[in-house]
Amino acid sequence: MNQNPDHDELDEDSANRVTPEARPSQVASYRRHYPGTQPEYLHPLYVSSIERAPRQPLIKLPHTLTEVTGPAFAPTLVNPKTADLTRQNGREAIGERITVSGRVLDENGKPVCNTLVEVWQANACGRYMHKRDQHDAPLDPNFTGQGRVMTDSLGAYKFLTIKPGAYPWRNHYNAWRPAHIHFSLLGPAFVTRLVTQMYFPGDPLLPFDPIFNCTADDKARNRLISQFDWETVIPEHALAYKFDIILRGRDQTPFEVQG
Amino acid sequence: MSLQATTWQTVGPYFRIGLEYLNTTELAPAGTPGEPVTVVGKVLDGNGKPISDALIEIWQADASGEYGGIVSNPADGAATAFSGFGRIPTDDDGRFSFSTIKPGPVAGPAGTMQSPHLAIRLMMRGLLRGLTTRMYFPSEAVDSDPILELVPATRRATLMATVTPGSPSTLQWNIEMQGERETVFFDC
Ligand SMILES: [Fe+3]
Repeated sequence: MNQNPDHDELDEDSANRVTPEARPSQVASYRRHYPGTQPEYLHPLYVSSIERAPRQPLIKLPHTLTEVTGPAFAPTLVNPKTADLTRQNGREAIGERITVSGRVLDENGKPVCNTLVEVWQANACGRYMHKRDQHDAPLDPNFTGQGRVMTDSLGAYKFLTIKPGAYPWRNHYNAWRPAHIHFSLLGPAFVTRLVTQMYFPGDPLLPFDPIFNCTADDKARNRLISQFDWETVIPEHALAYKFDIILRGRDQTPFEVQG
Repeated sequence: MSLQATTWQTVGPYFRIGLEYLNTTELAPAGTPGEPVTVVGKVLDGNGKPISDALIEIWQADASGEYGGIVSNPADGAATAFSGFGRIPTDDDGRFSFSTIKPGPVAGPAGTMQSPHLAIRLMMRGLLRGLTTRMYFPSEAVDSDPILELVPATRRATLMATVTPGSPSTLQWNIEMQGERETVFFDC
């Protein structure tokens, strides 16, 4: 099992009233999101949310064994090729080479090690290698736009890729998505799942994008913008951007501090 | 140290590029202990139209109610062990289908037991965050399930799979985003 329920960590709500008999079925809950730091489901400026966002209130689910466990992934899912998006069959993709690297931590600052990070993106011209992408921009036969890596023992990850282009979409008149890379992480538990998008600093399209702007909290939203990272630049080869990712962490309790 | 979890963003319409290598419609390799079931259904939007670009992920216990296991690379050949994880996109008609084994009961809050269930995460273009729901099995003692008890009785049926007449091992379960039979989604 990837995450055993740790019987010494009790969530704050139950800490005062738990009985010894009840303890074996208690699991340490994950922290709930801070208000405003996650998007609402219904965001009418993002038109497809209107027919797809639930209208009934969500029902608060206590974290049981189901929610605090999650799948582990075989190391064979990744290899050096899946961390390098810039070549196919030895041929180089067109565009500006960049590295994208960072650390995956939980909300308590602990590295999330050996966790799968999956990415997908458009090519340098803003076109996805996908049958439904009809944008009139060239495909690059040497760029599929998919990558995956496992974080190391410090929670670090690194991709070599091509800087994606902006692309138009039909959400509203003259709608363009800012350049972005899609990220998918599972983390240690069902509730640590995260799918997000990484943006680039100084992108003039950011103020106009309803997806980027769907999150109320300014700081939370701006953490989706990567930072140019001079120290990681590969001389004569690739510029570099840094993007740290925070997954949900367990509630910390007085028990843990005393322990 | 206290950090804030990174903000979700939609998977958008092109998630297959990065995620489809791990699609798993057969969760239980041959020989996995437990009762085999096939689950078929549709994902429908607020107009009752099928959603052809949804992604469902499943997390479930094994037949004895234990969670765990390692998800192996589909490219390595047939999976050798049950992991409890599945990733299934809907097709052009908004349909999904997967086979698995029925999980065992799992411990719930405060000494209760939960009826066999699949934890489901649903993602799609138009959903800025993933949604969580559950699928429960027919002919189980779901009346005492501690999670279903939190759901208004009139909405519980949205979480219950139904048996296909003439094919008892095929279960039907639709996900409806809105409307009279809007599926119950959880804040977790
Ligand atoms: Fe995109």
